[in-house]
Amino acid sequence: MPSIDPWSAVRLSLVAGAWATVLGTPVALALGWLLARTRFPGKAIVSTLTLVPLVLPPVVTGVLLLRLFGTKGPLGAPLEALGVRVPFSMAGVVLAATVMALPLYVLSVRAALTAVDPRYEEVSWTLGHGPCATFRRITLPLALPGLAAGAVLAFARALGEFGATAVLAGNIEGRTRTAPMAIYTLLEVPGREGAIGWLVGATLALALLTLVAYELLLHWQARRLEAHDLR
Amino acid sequence: MTSADPWLNLAVSLRLGRLALDLAFDPSAPAVALVGPSGSGKSTVLRIIAGLERRARGTVRCRGEVWQDERGMQVPVWSRRLGWIPQEALLFPHLDVRQNLTYGAPSTDGLTTVADLLEIGPLLDRRPRHLSGGERQRVSVGRALLSNPRLLLLDEPFAAMDRPLRQSVGLRLREYCAPRGIPYLLVSHDERDVEALADEVWGIQSGSVVPLGR
Repeated sequence: MPSIDPWSAVRLSLVAGAWATVLGTPVALALGWLLARTRFPGKAIVSTLTLVPLVLPPVVTGVLLLRLFGTKGPLGAPLEALGVRVPFSMAGVVLAATVMALPLYVLSVRAALTAVDPRYEEVSWTLGHGPCATFRRITLPLALPGLAAGAVLAFARALGEFGATAVLAGNIEGRTRTAPMAIYTLLEVPGREGAIGWLVGATLALALLTLVAYELLLHWQARRLEAHDLR
Repeated sequence: MTSADPWLNLAVSLRLGRLALDLAFDPSAPAVALVGPSGSGKSTVLRIIAGLERRARGTVRCRGEVWQDERGMQVPVWSRRLGWIPQEALLFPHLDVRQNLTYGAPSTDGLTTVADLLEIGPLLDRRPRHLSGGERQRVSVGRALLSNPRLLLLDEPFAAMDRPLRQSVGLRLREYCAPRGIPYLLVSHDERDVEALADEVWGIQSGSVVPLGR
């Protein structure tokens, strides 16, 4: 009978979700801004590529990540030389969660930035503030609730990640066994209904909490951008 | 700047869908109005001068500075020091009136003067969503004035104000700009605004700007 610690699994999921959100933030901000505010050749291709993990079966994404980040992969080998092993490690759990959460994060950031009327930025420019200052003082604060909603959504997606994680990081107790992995494993163990119920309950509670936070943030974003000023 | 010297030289062309502009525009009076039917490109002219419409080709010079030349050089918007007052006011919704007014100001020294001039002193701590349309437009005018502009571009700035208020704000604007040597270009549909605020009137006809005199 495998030894399974539900607490450890939930803790691993929370840590992986937090890391996936933190690591995904600069990438989602950069891609979301590019897609929302700029025109460049190949934009449609970049936009489509960011959605690939959303439409591919997660197991396939896991296989592709394993090819790339395996100990002999084009990215995994140099990382291995630096002492970072991705397959069957916590790094693999975080990487799989980050990649799987990124499409939703980019879509949310893009939507949040698109919702900010670009004419606010133009007014800021005419008042002597360049693009960086304008982004920091106008765009970012106005889009902040929407960006936070994107982070919450990415966190929720990362918490539930299963398929790509299973392939890339495996299912090692205390190291890579996240909450969904633990539930899956427990299903094959007779007499552990209590632990399954506890894990399912904890996962549901976390999912509901993040969804409530997501809705509240979107409501805040809508209020902040109320059209009063555009009459 | 004397009244005979053009403070603006615009020689640009622009094709945007059905809009075709070939502009030769060199007003010399410090208070200039640009009139024309809806869709004739009046606001686009302001955007070209501001550097917000970057597809225009040609030259833009303002008060001795080259802002755009035929080789494609364009001085960035944020280096032009201009006050753009759009029709919709576009106050930053997350900042209160005081923060909006001082957003582009090199110092807060003129805040009281401008707030008194535009009668917006009691509104300083309010957010834009708690202001009427006319109040928002006055704050927008104040925000542009406080940024210490080299010129003002006014795009129907009084549209949300009633007649007595627009006359009063218009005249105060004129009184503020004249002694400080700040020229302005006003786009308006309102004949009385144009009459009260402009010393020189130009019109857009068939994609060209033509002088209409006083």
